[in-house]
Amino acid sequence: MSTASPLNTVDAASPANARPASEGGGARRPRRFAPLPTAALLLGALYCLLPVAWVAIAATKAGDELFSTFTFAPGSGLWENVSDLHGYRDGIYWRWMVNSALYAGLGALLSCAVSALGGYALALYRFPGRETIFNVLLAGVLMPPVILAVPQYLLLAEVDLTDSRLAVLLPVLLSPYGIYLARIYAAAAVPADVVEAARMDGSGEWRIFRSIALPMMLPGLVTVFLFQFVAIWNNFLLPYIMLSDDEKFPLTLGLFTLLNQGSTTPALYTLVITGALLAVLPLIALFLLVQRFWSLDLLSGAVKS
Amino acid sequence: MRHRATATCVATLLTATALGGCGAADDGAVRLTYWAWAPGMEEVVELWNEANPDVQVTVKKQASGDELVTKTVTAAQAGTAPDLVQAEYQALPTLASNNVTADISAEVAGVEDAFTPAVWQQVTLGTDAVYALPQDSGPLLFFYRADLFEEFGLSVPETWDEFAETARALREIDPDRRLTTFSANDAGLFAGLAQQAGAQWWTTETDRWRVAIDDEAGRRVSAFWEELVAEELVDNQPMYTPAWNQALNEGRQIAWISGVWAPGTLATAAPDTEGTWEAAPLPQWEPGANVTGSWGGSTTAVTTDSEHRAEAAEFAVWLNTDPEALTALVQTCGIYPAATAAQTGEALAAPPPFLANQPEFYETVAEVAEGAAPAAWGPNVTVAYSAFNNAFGAAAGRRAGFEEALAEMQQTTFDDMDRLGFEVVQ
Repeated sequence: MSTASPLNTVDAASPANARPASEGGGARRPRRFAPLPTAALLLGALYCLLPVAWVAIAATKAGDELFSTFTFAPGSGLWENVSDLHGYRDGIYWRWMVNSALYAGLGALLSCAVSALGGYALALYRFPGRETIFNVLLAGVLMPPVILAVPQYLLLAEVDLTDSRLAVLLPVLLSPYGIYLARIYAAAAVPADVVEAARMDGSGEWRIFRSIALPMMLPGLVTVFLFQFVAIWNNFLLPYIMLSDDEKFPLTLGLFTLLNQGSTTPALYTLVITGALLAVLPLIALFLLVQRFWSLDLLSGAVKS
Repeated sequence: MRHRATATCVATLLTATALGGCGAADDGAVRLTYWAWAPGMEEVVELWNEANPDVQVTVKKQASGDELVTKTVTAAQAGTAPDLVQAEYQALPTLASNNVTADISAEVAGVEDAFTPAVWQQVTLGTDAVYALPQDSGPLLFFYRADLFEEFGLSVPETWDEFAETARALREIDPDRRLTTFSANDAGLFAGLAQQAGAQWWTTETDRWRVAIDDEAGRRVSAFWEELVAEELVDNQPMYTPAWNQALNEGRQIAWISGVWAPGTLATAAPDTEGTWEAAPLPQWEPGANVTGSWGGSTTAVTTDSEHRAEAAEFAVWLNTDPEALTALVQTCGIYPAATAAQTGEALAAPPPFLANQPEFYETVAEVAEGAAPAAWGPNVTVAYSAFNNAFGAAAGRRAGFEEALAEMQQTTFDDMDRLGFEVVQ
């Protein structure tokens, strides 16, 4: 896959570079500073970042500092918190993290594959019932996955798969939103002419999909992958209903059990907050890592229009 | 080639996860699963497993709360519920009316004497059946800052009238301090206070339920607190917030009515006040009486899904009445046992570390626990509790309208049961 993307970049970059030359002079007007929108955006940024800052700072506080010192004054217990978390029940936190990575990584990858196949087929093949299928999918996009958790549990109980890792993976494989996105992207990024030309040259359908369409769809699929990854990483209700063995819990569930241990023991606030902070780090890392695919996405999108 | 490698990789991973699901050794032993949230329960169960190779129990650790009740009911509908579940007293009617918990009266005959009648009545729900065995209980006590009470020349109130006087005296001595707060974010405490006054929120009478939240006892308790809140003798801010923690830690609130488990909560909420708190019996409505309510506490229930009901019941009996098990529960899980013999036992000889200054703490608690009023729970406790949060939250904010709030809580609870199809009167 990676061998194809530089090619793509070159293709995309050359016309993009040509364009500013033709109309560049007129486009460069000095920008006016707009205080109102800037202030609104700054406010929005503050609104989003404040809770993150709270978690980051609260994670540095030792248990006796958590509620007694000023909210945004850093504490002195970060290292202690992390080692407490590491020591809690023989480091079960890391097991939860591995579980989360497995569910989110594998789930997003497989769901991405299903979305790519489905989206490609819906975008490029004409067959009876195509619009019906697509409309059903659209309805699926509108349906919050939360309300499906209980029926899915009852279905998986029929085949005796509850409380297994598959019980968390299977329901996330089919993502209506992912297929929808893949179809839209495939329709825009994979020209019918190219597919037709490949057919004329005698290429099989699978080979067209794999060698021609898939590289073209890659930026869109990265988006699908990221959406699914984040959705599964943050998913709570589905694993909550499916799993009862805490060795199989993802992070969301594990932290929830730390918080609710019954009235006889105080909630382990410092551990939960530190755990929440550490749980965000892989997501941040993933976004930084995949960022370059996204800029590519924007670039190729601009060329097509 | 690369795609094939990826595909193989994914297939292998999938198979591995699928196979990871099963793997129980088949050695003829009965295997029971137990959903519990008490920390350290695995270690207590290990004692049983060592002594009973034929009946092996696996603890699956859960988060406590209303969500667990929903999860258990869902699992029971699918036929995949565990053999045993830890359930709070107020969840039992919900579980029993959904046919989740099994009647184990035949299996646990004779165990009744280990518990007080008020506790036992909560697991029979007033019938001949036994839906669970009591594990821990949470009798209400009056926790107060002994050092500040002495400094201000206050005495521990023995009646609710004295409680109001103490609150007034404290405010006159130091207008910045309050005795305690009326919190509208946890109905459990209010339920306990109403129990003390004699409330029976849900009762059954020949095939129908009666909801009596807005009765004489409830009105007495809510009117009492409304007066305190209206005159600003107590605070009106909720518990368990950072502000509440700070108020306790800095001595701006110097008492807390809470369950026997309060020292653990105080240790997190007010770490700087270690060694300054003491516990006393709850103030009484009738001078000289010994009645208290309960807040918290849980049971061990056997599910109808269990294929080994007798073994599961046997384990539940061991866990909640055997001296060795109870000692382990107290020391490892930090619970206050419901079994009366254990309440004065060796394991509870020393006070909790946070209250090390009160060596006779558990003797006080045992005396108070004898007077625990019976609680009566119904199938929609969660609805009543959230109605409490809404109605009393608004009333506490306005410092008025407690009577209407109680009526609203009654009506919401009644309407919900009526809508669910229960035969219900009020």
